[in-house]
Amino acid sequence: MRRASRAPHAPPPPLAPVGPGRRAFVTGALATAGLAAAGCAPPDTLISGETRLRQWNLFAGGDGLRMIEMHDAYQAEHPGIDFRATTFTWGAPFYTKVAMGAAGGRGADIATVHVSRLESLAPGRLLDPIDPGLLAEFGIDDTVVLPNIWEKCFFDGQLYAIPIDTHVLIQYINLDVCRQAGVLDADDRLVEVSGVDAYFDLLREIQGVTGDYGLSMDTWNPWSNFWALYRQQDGELVLGEDDFEMDDDKALAAMDVMYRLAEEGLAPRHSRDADTAANIANGHAGLMIHGNWEIPTLEATGIEFSATQFPAVFGNHRTRGDSHCYVFPHQRDRDPERTRAAAEYAAWMLHNSLTWAGGGHIPAYQPVVESAEYDALHPQSEYREAAENVQFEPEAWFSGSAGRLQEEAAGALTTLHQGTQTPEQALDQLKGTIRNLLSVPSPV
Amino acid sequence: MTQNTQAPAPRTAPGSAPAAPRGLVDVRRRPSSWTGLWFVLPFLAFYAVFLLWPAIVGFGYTFTDRSLAGGDVSFIGLDNWSETLTDSDMYDSLWNTLWFTVLSVPLMVVLALGMALLTDHARRLGWFLRLSFFAPFVLPVTVMTLIWGWMYNPSLGLFNGTLSRFGIEGPEWLFSEDTAMFSVVAATAWWQVGFNYLLYLAAMQSIPKDVYEAAAIDGAGVWQRIGRITLPMLARTTALIAVLQLIGSLRVFEQIYLMTMGGPNFATRTVIQYIYDSGFVGLRIGLASSMAYVFMVLIIAASIAQFRLFSRKEG
Repeated sequence: MRRASRAPHAPPPPLAPVGPGRRAFVTGALATAGLAAAGCAPPDTLISGETRLRQWNLFAGGDGLRMIEMHDAYQAEHPGIDFRATTFTWGAPFYTKVAMGAAGGRGADIATVHVSRLESLAPGRLLDPIDPGLLAEFGIDDTVVLPNIWEKCFFDGQLYAIPIDTHVLIQYINLDVCRQAGVLDADDRLVEVSGVDAYFDLLREIQGVTGDYGLSMDTWNPWSNFWALYRQQDGELVLGEDDFEMDDDKALAAMDVMYRLAEEGLAPRHSRDADTAANIANGHAGLMIHGNWEIPTLEATGIEFSATQFPAVFGNHRTRGDSHCYVFPHQRDRDPERTRAAAEYAAWMLHNSLTWAGGGHIPAYQPVVESAEYDALHPQSEYREAAENVQFEPEAWFSGSAGRLQEEAAGALTTLHQGTQTPEQALDQLKGTIRNLLSVPSPV
Repeated sequence: MTQNTQAPAPRTAPGSAPAAPRGLVDVRRRPSSWTGLWFVLPFLAFYAVFLLWPAIVGFGYTFTDRSLAGGDVSFIGLDNWSETLTDSDMYDSLWNTLWFTVLSVPLMVVLALGMALLTDHARRLGWFLRLSFFAPFVLPVTVMTLIWGWMYNPSLGLFNGTLSRFGIEGPEWLFSEDTAMFSVVAATAWWQVGFNYLLYLAAMQSIPKDVYEAAAIDGAGVWQRIGRITLPMLARTTALIAVLQLIGSLRVFEQIYLMTMGGPNFATRTVIQYIYDSGFVGLRIGLASSMAYVFMVLIIAASIAQFRLFSRKEG
């Protein structure tokens, strides 16, 4: 304002030389630019004699800390590898970066993704196949990984992924609350119940102690819960070219459970992210259904807790799950030496995945799961069978973790928790969502 | 800060200065010179490389089925455009964006004006008010949404916790389709109103004091002075703030994405999020580009309309 009010023809105020002169400034700027350029392009194998290995991942929080711990150990054992790991935000932002890097033929040497997203990453174009022979040299083959997980890593008969773990929805138990409710046995294990009515009765007993809820669950991203309940009844979702098959009765039964849990006040109408764990930690609920990655969160709260498989609401312990896995993003000029280092790195991480298991995930590498050390991990060892009960989503470009289906389906399913739609209305909306997704040509 | 040129220049001698031409910037006639070009060249280069060129390329994408996952690209004519214009989800998200704008623009203009008036009159507490009114603006969006997300939490949050002390069962804030948008608007206003406030305050403080003194001598009260002097002198600032706020509100994305992810049941999904969902989650860059273009045209049209409206009012 002051400048505007100055008379237009007044002489400019004299400029006193401040700081470095023009030449010094230019020289400095050039030097800085040179340094920056050098920093952006670190010396390659030629100069350092080290093999360059770049890893991208999506692990933050408790997972991220454990991965850093493992990476530190890996680097200590591999001084000849110039290893650098980069963590990006979980979900769509991460997949965007992997896809775009690979589309330009300049992907990282190795990246972690969800096995359920393999199809949306266009194996063969955005992902380079992995030589099973090379992997076997480092001790990883179909004999050390569960068959249901190993199969998921193939596309068109070729191996594209190396599974790290299985992560599933499990049931957490607030031991203090459940002890008071008298639903634990002498060994502090939750009494085994089976069937919808028996499970609701169990929750009512717990609710009698908490005064609030029996069960804490995420109402904001309910697709996983729905999928577990639907699959417990053998519900199928068959995706065709432009049509799909879904069992309406079974879907309605699953939705009815979600609807009634909220309607009867046995589970919260609104719970998201941190709220879900807070509810069980504060004793507002005695049980919680959540991913096994919440174990570090509950450990941090200091409450006495345990965990078990997803409740047998429909008579079995099937649960929704997914696997983190390593993939080789497409590189235009794939260097055999770096590819070999990447395979060796992946195998090393699998062999040492006991650390990873500390975060709650069930390692894919069976010798670790069967070891005495894993047995001693509590409550991880309580739900190790969950890996065999895992139910993956049907393969499609829009399915899988952080995929379009999960995001779009949440719209219909949250209304069940809120009580704003009946199961029939929510099913109609969900089917419309799936129909919409099928109607668009696959972008992959 | 080109905005500052918008604030009314002190009119010490009305009529003596040539009337400013219509438009954003008061350009004074000067002998033509190419020297200025060199000064703007770096900006122009960046503008061309990082804005113009991508915009042109993006326009080209709208006629293709380009995918974020790479692969063969084929020309599909106007398919993306017709899909955009017939997609009911697109209209739903446009409606949500419009609703957010309708709720937020008047609120954030009036609130900023009220806060600026308060600061201008409360001389002693001025520094304190300036600090507290502007402080939220400097918070990163992630911090703001975390704070408000917890305060809004229906069972554990500050708001409902406080209400329950008085025996009132609070609303579900972000978790209900009926209240989610209002909650987002309130949080946004708290966070962003500081910028408008600052513009108003700067404009208000450049109104010459002798005008007020003369009015006071003639017996004008506080409200008369505000109504007859302050508000008319702020007309151009108001027009500027309203247009900037309109554009800002129409482009809303990040705080909603972080607070509600567009939920519950898409009640807060805005156009930008829908474009993001289609392009980055759904991988369909061609479609997302055509949506972005449709939306850009709407923003430009709305801005022109609003600016015309305000400049006409001014006479």
